[in-house]
Amino acid sequence: MMKTDNRQDQAARNTITIDGREIPFQPGQTIIDAALEAGIYIPHLCHRSGLSPHGSCRLCMVDIVDRKEILGDSDRRREGKIQEETRSRSVAACTMPATAGQWIRNNTPELNEARKLITQMLFTEGNHICPSCEHSGNCTLQAVAYYLGMLDGHFPPFFPRRELDASHPTVMLDRDRCILCELCVRASREVDGKNVFAIAGRGTRARLIVNSESGMLADSDIEMHDLAVHVCPVGAILIKEQGYRVPIGQRTFDLHQVEEIDLGKTILPEMGQK
Amino acid sequence: MGNILITGCPHSGDDAGMLRQIIAGACVESSHLLHVLHILQQKFLHVSETAIREVATMLALPYSQVEAVVEFYSFFHKTPRGKYDILFSNCICCGYLADGTDLMAMFGRRLGIVAGRTREDGLVSMDQTSCIGMCDHGAALLVNGMPVTGLDGSLLERIAILIEDRVPLEDWPSEWFQIEDSIRMSGMLLDHEMPRGDSLRTMLALGAEASLNEIIQSGLRGRGGAGFSTGMKWKSCRAAQGAAHYVICNADEGEPGTFKDRLLLHRYAHSLFEGMTVCAYLIGANLGYLYLRGEYRYLLPHLQSVLLLRRETGLLGTNICNQPGFSFDVQIVVGAGAYICGEESALIESLEGKRGIPRVRPPFPVSHGYLGQPTVVNNVETFVAAACVVQKGSAWFRAMGDEVSKGSKILSISGDCASPGIYEYPFGVSIRQMLEDCGAADTYAVQVGGPSGVLIGSPEFDRRLGYDDLPTGGAVMVFDKSRDLMSVLVNFSRFFSHESCGFCTPCRVGTVLLRDRLDKIFSGRGAQTDLEEILHTARLMKQHSHCGLGQTAANPVLDGLQRFPQVLGKFLLNRDFEPDLDLEKALAEGRRIRKGNDTIACADRGGQ
Repeated sequence: MMKTDNRQDQAARNTITIDGREIPFQPGQTIIDAALEAGIYIPHLCHRSGLSPHGSCRLCMVDIVDRKEILGDSDRRREGKIQEETRSRSVAACTMPATAGQWIRNNTPELNEARKLITQMLFTEGNHICPSCEHSGNCTLQAVAYYLGMLDGHFPPFFPRRELDASHPTVMLDRDRCILCELCVRASREVDGKNVFAIAGRGTRARLIVNSESGMLADSDIEMHDLAVHVCPVGAILIKEQGYRVPIGQRTFDLHQVEEIDLGKTILPEMGQK
Repeated sequence: MGNILITGCPHSGDDAGMLRQIIAGACVESSHLLHVLHILQQKFLHVSETAIREVATMLALPYSQVEAVVEFYSFFHKTPRGKYDILFSNCICCGYLADGTDLMAMFGRRLGIVAGRTREDGLVSMDQTSCIGMCDHGAALLVNGMPVTGLDGSLLERIAILIEDRVPLEDWPSEWFQIEDSIRMSGMLLDHEMPRGDSLRTMLALGAEASLNEIIQSGLRGRGGAGFSTGMKWKSCRAAQGAAHYVICNADEGEPGTFKDRLLLHRYAHSLFEGMTVCAYLIGANLGYLYLRGEYRYLLPHLQSVLLLRRETGLLGTNICNQPGFSFDVQIVVGAGAYICGEESALIESLEGKRGIPRVRPPFPVSHGYLGQPTVVNNVETFVAAACVVQKGSAWFRAMGDEVSKGSKILSISGDCASPGIYEYPFGVSIRQMLEDCGAADTYAVQVGGPSGVLIGSPEFDRRLGYDDLPTGGAVMVFDKSRDLMSVLVNFSRFFSHESCGFCTPCRVGTVLLRDRLDKIFSGRGAQTDLEEILHTARLMKQHSHCGLGQTAANPVLDGLQRFPQVLGKFLLNRDFEPDLDLEKALAEGRRIRKGNDTIACADRGGQ
């Protein structure tokens, strides 16, 4: 026997439930934005509140569970309704709009295991040599890997050959570390009002390119104060001559968990600009 | 055949003046980016960096967009191809290995070329490409975009001679380019001869509401595989608000083993355009697109002539069938070698002159499609069926098929059978029946729906074609007991890793991991842990990929493991774990240089 009272209550209140916690959302908001605003961390790399949703890294996959209320056995019946979870589907929290009454699983061993595998895939396909990377400690990919308990790359590394662009006086592009999240692509278009970056190619040959006549950063109209320069979650877009200004051990993710920082970003957008 | 003249010259590809002239010329016909790039590729045998800049300037597009598109599609190249550009299909059914010998290697030796390269003198280049839809005609290739089928050693020798003699393609034996329509079994759609315009006249007499109801009542569902109700899709699109509505025909039939749209485009183009025109009227569209896969470019002149005829006879254009205000026309955009563009939202991106990356859904194309406007995307067979439904009525259509799946399905049957070709069956037909009809003997496995579909063995041959049992976009590949199914799985995994668009992590990386893992097993170096790895990766791809490609790319190997465990099992080493690094292979180069005198490596081997 199905009852929907509870769901109708939720619908009236514009709330969703993540891991048992009921949180509000604004109409049109995605699941991840509602979650981050309510202080619930969903691991992510290609998402940033304020930029258009993307859904490419797949780290923020959550399960939306279809539930129906059933009458349970005699003991439970006395206590009232119990929920039976009928089936679930995985969706990207960063692209799926929140709709009233959604019952969402986020912080589960299964999902975190999948997220760890995805993170390992990202490490595997690029050249991520953390110990020698000047972005170590400020890198969200690295921080997410720690958060998910990733201890090794797991998969055989691809060792791709990718081009480095050091043509610009202050900004450098090290494609070895690019995870194709397109945060810089979107930041440049949507916030900076420019169109400095794009992705070319297909499959594992997909690569970040620069929209200039020569294809080099030096010929683009990128500037230091552009969000695109500061939004990179890895060390693919680097600011020259600043690499070791903050010593290792005192960097963002040396001092904070990734969820603290990513939850903070939704309140203080400038915090991302380290 | 005017477009296959060998006029290509790589050397002028950097002459800005000449480039501008060619680009301007291309734009007279169409300023669609894919068209302009095709013309440049044809003329200069590549699209140079200079060309990319000129195209961007003249079409007022960002440099990066043009470059991104050039690098995305397999048929555009940044370095010159040969004047004769040979692309062997690598499909399991129409590929260069289809009859057991490596035809591409043979051809390469004959002409002194390596796959992926252009010969020093620039005369010829050779590579492999995904299925070109010729699976009913044996091994096949494209030479400058024109298909040649039924390849064997002697035909390849004759081709090699013509190339070395620099004989223009026009002077090659014309029968080589004739693609026979091999209809082996016809049914309600293929047998139905529809007088041109009849469907439109019936619709106008019935009125839009009633015609739409007929389509809904008929139970017609999309023939691409997903099976959404065609009538409901049209109804939603009709109701959606937008500055313009669009009709798009998905003729990007890229699933290996599928070639029935090739026949429909060739023989039933009028019915197809009629179906699109019916749709246009019902949803209120004035413009439609036919997105034709690049491999079928040879059908373009024919399709253009059909469009022209329809315009001349008042079946396209303004006031169609003398109905005031009924205006609709169709433009053809030709793809350039990207399987992913068969996914409807990737197709729309491609139509918009971008890389074919599947969009985030929702919103769906019916409300936010081409240029953000309400759009119906259906495949060729669906439009043909819709035209027939309107003309013959829903009852006629519902009379065929079963409870869930109404009407008939046109299948492309190929592989190990006596009569590969086109078969039309009412839904509900069993696999066993199909195998009997196509003359398949000793069948070991059947791949239903192509690599992204289902691989079944003999215990399941009584399963039936239908949306509730075995849905298919139209491919049925038959494998008999002489076939090594492992090589089929390896082939499919290479296909998906080649065709992954690269947008989302699970598919971009997962397809490569699966491919490499299967290669490792195939080479005899696989162990039990490799199977577990495959399962982990496959499950992740299935659940977490962005679109259907990634969600289905692991199907063949999962089906293989479940239904044919011995196929993979017989390649496995009798141990739990075998390192991914092949030590012998890794040391081979060094050994060769040191002429085999590698005591350390030998000591390592001894220690194992």
